[in-house]
Amino acid sequence: MSKINSNIPKGPLSDKWTNHKGRINLVSPSNKRNIDVIVVGTGLAGASASATLAELGYNVKSFCFQDSPRRAHSIAAQGGINASKNYQGDGDSNYRLFYDTIKGGDYRSREANVFRLAEVSGNIIDQCVAQGVPFARDYGGLLDNRSFGGVQVSRTFYAKGQTGQQLLLGAYSAMNRQVARGKIKMYSRHEMMDVVVVDGKARGIIARDLVSGKLERHSAHAVVIASGGYGNIFFLSTNAMGSNVSAAWKIHKKGAYFANPCFTQIHPTCIPVSGDYQSKLTLMSESLRNDGRIWVPKEKSDAELIRKGELSPLDLAEEKRDYYLERRYPAFGNLVPRDIASRAAKERCDKGFGVNKTGEAVYLDFSHAIIRYGKEKAKISGKDPSDSNVVYNLGKDVVKQKYGNLFQMYEKIVDEDPYKFPMKIYPAVHYTMGGVWVDYNLMTTIPGCFAIGEANFSDHGANRLGASALMQGLADGYFVLPYTIGDYLSDEISTGKTSTDSPEFEKSEKVVNDQIEKLINNKGKNSVDYYHKKLGKIMWNKCGMSRNEKDLKTAIKEIQELRADFHKNVKIPGNKNEFNEQLAKATRVSDFLELGELFAIDALERNESCGGHFREEFQTSDGEAIRDDENFKFVSAWEYNQDPSKPILNKEGLDYEEIEIKTRSYK
Amino acid sequence: MKLFLKIWRQSNVDSDGNFQNYEIEDITPDMSFLEMMDVLNEKLIVEGLDPVAFDHDCREGICGSCSLFINGRAHGPDTGITTCQLHMRKFKDGDSIVIEPFRASSFPVIKDLVVDRTSFDRIQHSGGYISINTSGNTQDANTIPVRKEDADNAFDAATCIGCGACVAACKNASAMLFVSAKVSQFSYLPQGKVEAKERVLNMVKQMDEEGFGNCTNTGACEVECPKGISIKNIARMNNEYLKAKF
Repeated sequence: MSKINSNIPKGPLSDKWTNHKGRINLVSPSNKRNIDVIVVGTGLAGASASATLAELGYNVKSFCFQDSPRRAHSIAAQGGINASKNYQGDGDSNYRLFYDTIKGGDYRSREANVFRLAEVSGNIIDQCVAQGVPFARDYGGLLDNRSFGGVQVSRTFYAKGQTGQQLLLGAYSAMNRQVARGKIKMYSRHEMMDVVVVDGKARGIIARDLVSGKLERHSAHAVVIASGGYGNIFFLSTNAMGSNVSAAWKIHKKGAYFANPCFTQIHPTCIPVSGDYQSKLTLMSESLRNDGRIWVPKEKSDAELIRKGELSPLDLAEEKRDYYLERRYPAFGNLVPRDIASRAAKERCDKGFGVNKTGEAVYLDFSHAIIRYGKEKAKISGKDPSDSNVVYNLGKDVVKQKYGNLFQMYEKIVDEDPYKFPMKIYPAVHYTMGGVWVDYNLMTTIPGCFAIGEANFSDHGANRLGASALMQGLADGYFVLPYTIGDYLSDEISTGKTSTDSPEFEKSEKVVNDQIEKLINNKGKNSVDYYHKKLGKIMWNKCGMSRNEKDLKTAIKEIQELRADFHKNVKIPGNKNEFNEQLAKATRVSDFLELGELFAIDALERNESCGGHFREEFQTSDGEAIRDDENFKFVSAWEYNQDPSKPILNKEGLDYEEIEIKTRSYK
Repeated sequence: MKLFLKIWRQSNVDSDGNFQNYEIEDITPDMSFLEMMDVLNEKLIVEGLDPVAFDHDCREGICGSCSLFINGRAHGPDTGITTCQLHMRKFKDGDSIVIEPFRASSFPVIKDLVVDRTSFDRIQHSGGYISINTSGNTQDANTIPVRKEDADNAFDAATCIGCGACVAACKNASAMLFVSAKVSQFSYLPQGKVEAKERVLNMVKQMDEEGFGNCTNTGACEVECPKGISIKNIARMNNEYLKAKF
């Protein structure tokens, strides 16, 4: 069916990884010392991979555009990390985590990869605890868990609302140990500008020192891309300001296929947009849906009064509230997967039930949880459970313990007390399931070039479940890539150092330098942000939470025009040999303007609704997605073909041996 | 609202810097401080002038990139926040705002308001880790119970975002709150006790080599720390240090 080979090992699903690990080629310790690996990105995947590769004995060069590896955007992940430890004894298992992930991804992920992910998940928690990651514990001293969307067990490990921070600092500390040993050479404030391919294999990168502006050549025996997702293509997202697609896009243009670009996760609970000046959106963790209930008024007239500020939500009687997720999805209620919760919020707001000035917000309400916890605490501590003040204060303390930092973040941004008033939330772009196509070994279609973490596509299908991004990043970096890369590198033990004086390096550097020269000398009239915001609007309005053929076709045309205008009229101040943030931003936006078109083309080609990809033409009468397994049970792996407008589609068929494919239902 | 900005401009580490004045209008209270800076920069770019360089990334108070000294305070006139979480509702029409980089000899200026904080990384390299291999052969996570109180204390210390506000706020440019947060986190956990001695000695040594000052118990660091890290951690680090040294 296509040129691509996913290299899935033979044998029963549950034995594949063990057998594969036992049979692939190894590199001996003395040979590892002579092999260099470049890792681009220092989030959970990149940092854990760098640390482990260095520990195994390879010489690692790590790159990040931030001033320190500890600032990569994994740091901002809030709610938790999944693992099938079954510490709660609530029926969890590797199989159930695997099943939930495949189902949550709407049957568009690769079965063997997901099973492996579930298999190594427990190990991640052991590893992190050994590193000193301070997970939440109960009074008996054992690890605590909570629930996330799309599952019916409690398998999420957490550290208040700062789980990503604690896990990243754990991986960063593992890196630090290797930096101290001289096994990792760290290049912070460096951006990868291109991958260098010699004789068909990835042999190095061109990097730009963001402080001096100088271009550098770095060679290695393999290149690992761990540069995260491309959510910033929407301009407004929960990503960090610097998050970008460039490393992934550059390898795509050199031969790595890009898979399922239209699979984007819109997270249901974010703080709504408040004005045109807005630079980013802030997430309110999915863990809040453990205790918060989502609602809008039942009557449009009440919603209108609330929008005008003439009615307080506190004064709206219980029976006049529509807890629409509990109504539509009684089995999972407020903990339905993200794609479903987001669409349901949009549906209510589009119909006129929104509750903020712009009409694009719903309530996330903790008043019931505060009372529930307060009563429980009052009983335990011998206080009067019928005294509402006592109950409120006790309950507030419990909620504060669980989600304190999130409530503080909310209050600082919105200037309203979320313990008193229900939070106002709305969906926002959060994560990209699509990414660089990789095989079972996490290798791209460029030999020697690997992609891990959010940068690859393999594990989450068309929708990622909450608390699974951290799991995948660390699984790839700690426990998968370090083994599978050895199989490739075992053929490289006699290669020796690659010279950076070769024509290939020469050419790559020249291409990068020409691009920079062109941008800096453009002398146009519009800032980089002018274009980024315009691109974001096209993406959000036409390739966002719901899509249709007509809008997608318009989007393709508009992106082409915007890209042409960017190259004609963008204006970049300063010069290239200095710290120049606008120039760095321009190179990133230039890549987003190319990816945007592929994104829209992919969404247009996929004539079905699945996961985060909702095509208005394919829905039931009550607005549920209609998936088309007969025609679209495949991964779209796009090949670059000299021009961003002419990509070639390759298909990787998806076979499910262990799982019966069903219509996803959370009712 | 209309604001009068006095901003530190400096081309690079080798050049002298100075303050420059800017006026900015149509700032709304719901904007974040950095969004106000975005508006200023957009204006400067369109006018053909050099925009103001400042560090920022996550814009939700967790990455620790942003670092401004605003009207004499690290992260500006509010407590428990980073600059990116500061909103313009804290200012009023006609206000003058002085914006400087975090100042310390161990944080050299890269450009304008951007400083080099890699000294913090080097301190972490010297001992901010537990020497455990990432081989996946560690024991089960629940083998060693940890008292909830210890786990919570370790977590509170571990929430440090490494922004450097403690150094900027300190009259001695001391990094002891930062270093003690890491030392403390590991000292509360059984996994961290094995290497406790070497860790505290090496980290303090590196801190001194980087040129940071010492603590004289003023407490400014604790007040300005966006994550509310307590100076009790400094006492704990001193205790660990004395135990290790003598």
